[in-house]
Amino acid sequence: MADNEDNFDVVIVGGGHGGAQVAISLRQQGYEGSIALLTDEPDLPYERPPLSKEYLADEKSFERILIRPELFWADRGIEVRTNSEVVRVEPLRKRLTTASGQIISYGQLIWAAGGRARTLSCPGADLRAVHTVRSRQNVDEIKSTLSRVSRIVVVGGGYIGLEAAAVFSKLGKPVTVLEAQERVLARVAGEPLSRFFESEHRAHGVDIKLNSTVDAILGDQDVQAVRLSDGEIIPCEMVIVGIGIIPSVAPLVAAGATGSNGVDVDAHCRTSLANIYAIGDCAAHRNWFAGGRQIRLESVQNAADQAAVVAQIMSGKEATYEAVPWFWSNQYDLKLQTVGLSNGHDQVIIRGEPAERSFSIIYLRETRVIALDCVNATRDYVQGRKLVEAGARADPAALSDPNIPLKSLVELA
Amino acid sequence: MPSLIVSTRSGNTYELEAEEGRSVMEIIRDAGIDELLAICGGCLSCATCHVLVEPEFVDQLPEMSSDEDELLDSSSHRQENSRLSCQVTFTSALAGLRVAIAPED
Repeated sequence: MADNEDNFDVVIVGGGHGGAQVAISLRQQGYEGSIALLTDEPDLPYERPPLSKEYLADEKSFERILIRPELFWADRGIEVRTNSEVVRVEPLRKRLTTASGQIISYGQLIWAAGGRARTLSCPGADLRAVHTVRSRQNVDEIKSTLSRVSRIVVVGGGYIGLEAAAVFSKLGKPVTVLEAQERVLARVAGEPLSRFFESEHRAHGVDIKLNSTVDAILGDQDVQAVRLSDGEIIPCEMVIVGIGIIPSVAPLVAAGATGSNGVDVDAHCRTSLANIYAIGDCAAHRNWFAGGRQIRLESVQNAADQAAVVAQIMSGKEATYEAVPWFWSNQYDLKLQTVGLSNGHDQVIIRGEPAERSFSIIYLRETRVIALDCVNATRDYVQGRKLVEAGARADPAALSDPNIPLKSLVELA
Repeated sequence: MPSLIVSTRSGNTYELEAEEGRSVMEIIRDAGIDELLAICGGCLSCATCHVLVEPEFVDQLPEMSSDEDELLDSSSHRQENSRLSCQVTFTSALAGLRVAIAPED
């Protein structure tokens, strides 16, 4: 073996929730082979959700969002290599190449590389004060200049953009959110939730502009303004771009893995390539809660549960990915908890009063409960989960009555 | 440093050095006790850091919020001494606190 060639029984690509959890779970299951975890970031695995929340707001230090302390990894015999981006996979030779030219052989490969933040392609998109919110480095750059910034434009009214807007607003910065669709959260939630969050942000002084796309970011080195397609100019010193991710799967696809949106995996998280699994944001899988459609889920739940499946399979147990999707978002004093997937619903029931800032939205498809979005309504979230898991039928009138506990409807289902 | 004593599902007991100001969840997680999943990272969005507190300490813990109460209801192993460990901030007054990781749901 050449000096620059390494060999591990398991190589994990990606240091996010999925990658870290599969390494942790393998050791927990008693797996004794050698494990390497490669991350293209300079940091050890850390939690991503706080990046647009407590970490951005400086309420939590980086140390506190580390998935495990530094010493843990060596203690478990998990070799974590930072700044290691995989650029090539050779499935027949069972080896991969990093950007620095290092060659690493594997017995089994677990691809958990997540995705890169999508960026704008308009003029000015590469100016210094245009940021995404995907990595610790991104957020450190934002935080290091924030004190010199008075006005901020957030491009994209998804969860990341809205959470960041809430943090900036709390810090007293005037914020404008630009959303290309006719409502925020259009991709992930029903209209009542979109309208509720729009009104909450506006009540906190955030200017939300719908049907708005960016024509150019104006400035020399520093950002001076954002120009919209309709010609309107919004002065600002910082732009945050939260318009989704592009799955990081190019080396796998180049190696022949199937997948048009991420990389395709079966119910056991296996890609079409031998000895290669994929988990997390980049793994397109058939999801029962999406009516069996092939989808990617960008969530901690999905990453952690798929990691658990792979760890069990590799430890010689049987496992199938069939976990119920759940997700959370914290903005201001609003705690949103969702369970199930609302895409494809044909009926929406509002339970409680949005004006009271505690309510749930229940989504049905063909009379069955498929998802809930619960705002400051943890009880509905916990009890409604059972309805989603069962694919329960329930009387819409009963679902809409906050005085009837959702758990009382489970037995009737 | 004051200590926190943790019993695992697998039957082991560990005495951990506990830093004040950290949550009991963080202390257990950072000690490498991986039975505690703490998937949401401590923001009170799941119930995967469920512990059972030695009864003599229950009254000394911070009061339970309604959100914690509701989330604990999602566990089929809830008992009177159940807590979500992310909601218990460790202080010197809790030195010697004993908890057990709740059975997996």
